[in-house]
Amino acid sequence: MEEQQGLIPHLFRTEYRKLVSVLCKRFGMGQIENAEDIASDTFLAATQTWGYDNIPPNPTAWLYNVATNKARNKLQRNSIFESRVSKELKNDLHSSDQVELDLSPENIIDSQLQMMFAICHPVISIEAQIGLSLRTLCGFGIGEIADAFLTNKETINKRLLRAKEKLRDEKVSIAFPEQNEIGVRLAAVLKTIYLLFSEGYYSVSKNQTVRKELCVEAMRLCTMLVEHESTNTPQVCALLSLMCFHASRFDARMDKNGELVLYDEQDTSLWNTDLIGKGAYYLKCASGGTDLSTYHLQAAIAYWNTRKDDTKEKWENILQLYNRLLTLEYSPMAALNRTYALSKVRGKPEAIAEAEKIRLTNNHLYFALMGHLNTGIDNAKAIDHFYQALSLAKTETDRQTIQKNIDKLNVAPR
Amino acid sequence: MDEFMLIFRHQDGSKLVSPEQMQIWMKQTMDWIGGIAAQNKYSGGNGLPFDDARVVRSKNVVTNGPFGEIKETIGGYIIVKANSVDEAVEFAKGSPVLQGEGNSVEVRRIAKGDGVH
Repeated sequence: MEEQQGLIPHLFRTEYRKLVSVLCKRFGMGQIENAEDIASDTFLAATQTWGYDNIPPNPTAWLYNVATNKARNKLQRNSIFESRVSKELKNDLHSSDQVELDLSPENIIDSQLQMMFAICHPVISIEAQIGLSLRTLCGFGIGEIADAFLTNKETINKRLLRAKEKLRDEKVSIAFPEQNEIGVRLAAVLKTIYLLFSEGYYSVSKNQTVRKELCVEAMRLCTMLVEHESTNTPQVCALLSLMCFHASRFDARMDKNGELVLYDEQDTSLWNTDLIGKGAYYLKCASGGTDLSTYHLQAAIAYWNTRKDDTKEKWENILQLYNRLLTLEYSPMAALNRTYALSKVRGKPEAIAEAEKIRLTNNHLYFALMGHLNTGIDNAKAIDHFYQALSLAKTETDRQTIQKNIDKLNVAPR
Repeated sequence: MDEFMLIFRHQDGSKLVSPEQMQIWMKQTMDWIGGIAAQNKYSGGNGLPFDDARVVRSKNVVTNGPFGEIKETIGGYIIVKANSVDEAVEFAKGSPVLQGEGNSVEVRRIAKGDGVH
């Protein structure tokens, strides 16, 4: 019983996405909902027939067989009830007994990668891309996706439905992009994977399990790209490296109550050295080429952050990396982190002068940084900045962190 | 917001510098550029190496360098976003190029290509 209870959810997580991808590739994006139905029905059948001690010797093969049969049945039924089918599909319908699904390992991998490109298509919004990726490429339940986005199932269902309609209407094909556009399309896939990871790493959701799953899934998708010849580019390796380095601190950055533990206060013995090693390996793979992407620079910064000693070398390197990152792509976070690194290299007064120029006055982290830089130089000013940060902070965790800084300053002599 | 090109002029570009000195300048330049980019005011830029430089004159006369006859050489440029020429001038004042006596940074507004400039 216990074995069966664990087995089906496990298989759902690993096999659902494969079935959906293979079915979609076989019958086209227009049939994505049918593909999902067939895959879901297959698992429903497993739940009903496997029972207590009726687990087939090869559960995966069983699932593939049942899915193939269900695809045949569906096509037969469709041929009777529906006339709105494409010509191509009609040809299939006449010979639906012969419908074969190519469930070879190669086709399963190719289908999933091609599905990745289809889902990360610029015709749908980035939120929809992430949601659909979680559903179709990661086998997440609607409830889990809603949890991750801090919203309800209905919203997610609507969002996914619209996205699928759009993909169907725009006739997005499930195929590897042409050589001349693979760069752009791969960039879109990487962006979605990175946002998926960030959603897990930085999200405000307190559901630690779901958050970790998001990170793991983002890394799994990226690993699939790395392992496939046509998509194993330095940029892909750089992104995987970046995620490995970040993920290495996953267990250290949350305490038992799900509260955020700041970098300086983390127990380094909880840092995952395997992931740090993997990150270093992929960073090395990423350096094969002339391409220096934002992922390369962020991975290199993340590498330095896996070394906790406060050395001059570390901060000088981080500063230079942020300088370059900002010239490639501005972001408020990078601007703030650069200023922090500058304070470590050249001292707080110089960093304060630079910070005053970046004026991100709607960002609580800007005022937290200003508070930090002024601490020990002008504590009254520091407290003012921390209070401004407090009024702008959006989450309880942020407010607690800022309040701690204020409390520390209030007991310190002015 | 306008874009301005900050053009680095060196009084004597043919002067040899040690790799260590070069590295220090590079770092200073990147810190300067990073500070502009952190304000979301950096648009682009590049260095213009002196080796492989040629000057083409009328009647297709090609000479090496711009060195020798011309006192000033251009070592590179960056393009910044600024609300006024004064703001662009403030950016220029931070350029490490100005540590060299006789060097200068020329600030030029970039025409928008709207036929008015």
